[in-house]
Amino acid sequence: MRIIGKSPVRVDGLAKCLGQTKFADDLALPRMLFLKLLRSHVPHATILSIDASRALAMPGVHAVLTGRDLPTPFGILPVSEDEHALCLDRVRFVGDPVAAVAAADEETAFRAMNLIEVAYAPLAPCFSPGQAIANATPPIHDYGDDGNVHKRVSMEFGDVKSALGGADLVLDDTIFYEGNTHLPMEQHATLATREADGRVTIWSSTQTPHYLHKAAAKVLGLPPSRIRIVACPNGGGFGGKSDPFNHEIVAAKMAMVTGRPVKVTLTREEVFYCHRGRHAVLMRSRMGLSRDGSIRGIHFESLLDGGSYGSYGVASTYYTGALQTVTYRVPAYRFDGVRAFTNKPPCGPKRGHGTVQPRFALEIQMDRAAERLGLDPADFRLRNLQPADSVTANWMQIRTNQLGKCIESVVAASGWRERRGKLARGHGLGLACSSYISGAGLPIYWNAMPHSGVQLKLDRGGGVTAFCGATDIGQGSDTVLASCVAEVLGVELLDVRVCVSDTDLTPVDLGSYSSRVTLMMGNAAIEAAERARELLAKAVAERLDLPAARLVFAENRVFDSGDPARGVTFADAVVLAESRFGTIGTVGSYRPPRMPGRYRGSGVGPTPTYSYSACVVELLADGETGAIAVKKIWIAHDIGQAINRNLAIGQVIGSVYMGLGEALMEEMTYRPRRSGVHKFPSMLEYKSPTTMEMPDVEVDLIEEPDAMGPFGAKEAGQGPLLPVMPAVANAVHGALGIRVDQCPLTPELVLQALASRDRRSGPGPYPDLRIRETVRIMTPDEGGDGYEVDQKRKEKQLVRESKS
Amino acid sequence: MVLRVNGEEHEVSFLPEKTLLEVLREDMGLTGTKHGCELGECGTCTVLMDGEPVLSCLVLGLESDGCEITTVEGLAGPDGPHPLQRRFAECGAAQCGYCTPGFLLAAKALLDREPGADLPAIRRELSGNLCRCTGYVQIFEAVERAGADLRNSARS
Repeated sequence: MRIIGKSPVRVDGLAKCLGQTKFADDLALPRMLFLKLLRSHVPHATILSIDASRALAMPGVHAVLTGRDLPTPFGILPVSEDEHALCLDRVRFVGDPVAAVAAADEETAFRAMNLIEVAYAPLAPCFSPGQAIANATPPIHDYGDDGNVHKRVSMEFGDVKSALGGADLVLDDTIFYEGNTHLPMEQHATLATREADGRVTIWSSTQTPHYLHKAAAKVLGLPPSRIRIVACPNGGGFGGKSDPFNHEIVAAKMAMVTGRPVKVTLTREEVFYCHRGRHAVLMRSRMGLSRDGSIRGIHFESLLDGGSYGSYGVASTYYTGALQTVTYRVPAYRFDGVRAFTNKPPCGPKRGHGTVQPRFALEIQMDRAAERLGLDPADFRLRNLQPADSVTANWMQIRTNQLGKCIESVVAASGWRERRGKLARGHGLGLACSSYISGAGLPIYWNAMPHSGVQLKLDRGGGVTAFCGATDIGQGSDTVLASCVAEVLGVELLDVRVCVSDTDLTPVDLGSYSSRVTLMMGNAAIEAAERARELLAKAVAERLDLPAARLVFAENRVFDSGDPARGVTFADAVVLAESRFGTIGTVGSYRPPRMPGRYRGSGVGPTPTYSYSACVVELLADGETGAIAVKKIWIAHDIGQAINRNLAIGQVIGSVYMGLGEALMEEMTYRPRRSGVHKFPSMLEYKSPTTMEMPDVEVDLIEEPDAMGPFGAKEAGQGPLLPVMPAVANAVHGALGIRVDQCPLTPELVLQALASRDRRSGPGPYPDLRIRETVRIMTPDEGGDGYEVDQKRKEKQLVRESKS
Repeated sequence: MVLRVNGEEHEVSFLPEKTLLEVLREDMGLTGTKHGCELGECGTCTVLMDGEPVLSCLVLGLESDGCEITTVEGLAGPDGPHPLQRRFAECGAAQCGYCTPGFLLAAKALLDREPGADLPAIRRELSGNLCRCTGYVQIFEAVERAGADLRNSARS
């Protein structure tokens, strides 16, 4: 391969370094107005009245909107469309938008916003999942499982009670993972305009133009064909720009009302409040083991602090229980999950969506188990690996699995076997592993259509334009698109122009989330390029009087594999094909294969193929101050095949960095006694690692192509984050002999553990979640069929399937 | 007033309370300079003022009177991109690219002063600039390589 697996400069690289890339806030249109949203300063209240007369009287103010102007609810998941572009009659967190002002300039809009008077009747706020499950405060929403419990899930695969009852050793750990946020460098921005013919165009920093398209059409009351969404290159996303946001829809409405282009850019403080970041999750894991060191069963429980809206929360809840089984063989597995509504900014997906918190808990428990069994943590994991080409107890289909190689790689590179347990006090090594999806097996809206589409246009001059709805959020999807097309057609990267993320011009790609773009868009791009190659080959074969199968596409030529001198340029091949077949354009699309799980909830967790990672962290932990200094990180990632080696390594290092931030310092916490305001809503107070804290990272990409991926590629953008936090926790144990069962591992928690009798710090006992009903599913080993054991549910499911 | 930006004089009129960041982006159309907080916390809006890095969100437009301002748009010369720009692109030091202009200018100030800057010096000099994508590692590599380029071209 000429391009795949190499490290050509990313197609958008120089433009970014020259300051030429246009992010959403870099756009401007003549006569543009500026939009500001007035946000609630109370956490929970009924809106009694809104008086905008003083704002409207201000010179330069063009319009004010309130909830009544946009009464249709929306939300990313069809099961929780619980948001309004502007609050209708109730505010649910400090930061909930209540009204919007458009003015000739930003300063005027800001001043006018502060003149809007809102009268609130306060309601008792709910600030913790504990309060939510106790039904101690008025319900935040009029839907959900009960009171402020948004979602309750309980599923059992196999007989966990017997597995734990018959185990030689049972571990029972309660672990807490604090919420945190994406903190993309770019603040969200949107520009909207009403075209002369009444159509609306929205340029926005969104990772999911397709879902914004759906939400905007619904709330604005326009047919989707009259709305155009252009996702600008995102200045970082990490999941934080994957919900349709209030400001995007309000800007469009404001443009419709005023007839002028409208721009909105969130302040950094607003970005903190809009959030949709990592859920805070309290977890309990019970693991049963045999004396020989094999896992017999796991009962995992999670309690998620969802904040005030649904967002992706139902999926997040399932994700906290979905992937425990895909790394190590777990013959019997039970998962109970509860997501609570609280009067805080809504949580959603952040890099590793919902699987990061349980992975932290599981990998710490694995470390404890190895210790209790007297095994090397690396050997213990190697002994329990989930085999390739298998189906897990909860019906996840495993394809390739190189976790064993990943473990061996980091163990060898770090000197694990020689150094572990022999370092001075305060100096520790820790190991952890993980796995992540390469795209979700099912779309958010269940349908039979492709998840990604690519369209190619071939120019007579030899240029190729690739159209795709995918959005480059920095991960390099534009480069992946161009690379796949260029590789198949044998042209240079520079000969492929990408035209992306524009709902008027590009076929749908569901969005830059779930680590899905490389695999899904890549497969679609290969299909489109192969179809184009077939047309060209046919035309060239006729001209050269050769069988088409003998033709090679390389170095911008199409030539005879037996006699390379005999051939035509790529541009001539296009001319021949166009002369023979007419205008040359092809399409390709990708839809994941059907997944074996059939039970309710089996939509979360399946993927065309899982990536795997293993990581060793070396650190110094100061027993006097509790401070942790990470010295070095070794990480091996089972990527299948890197499309662009340098970019893949960049994704891995970037994941490690973000994981370190989560492990050591990043947290979203609130002040319940001060209306639930954010403790750290600024980049100075919300600590993230700087150049001074970032250690040396050694990356090993394990490349064993997976048949599901384009050229064998699996994801790289999220999975490598997952093992970092538990590896840090395990290394702190190695350094000081303490267990910090909480993330981030602050100096305070380290000192608490050192001072405590059980050498542990972390959460207290896990609460009773009052699980009333558990859905039972037989495992593949038990001869199950992927459905619930309950026949009625199965019948309903069959009816549903026959309808679709 | 007349602002000297990237070696050219520009006559601009703006409200006195406007920051240099706003003047550059809104009144001069130089949107290459980005913003991440507008409070002086993230380093994204770094530009050079008489060769020294400043946070353009904390400098008033009026304060730049008589100074030479360099933004990312002024880094490339007639021979093409500055070695820092080329190396950042090559090394993958720009992922989303949003913090990149700020990093480039902070790094330029360092290499102009100290072309042989080593890794600890690079870390120190760039410690006021946040990046959420790269983990900084490929940025360090790009700055080291650009430093070597500059030393080589000074020698030849």
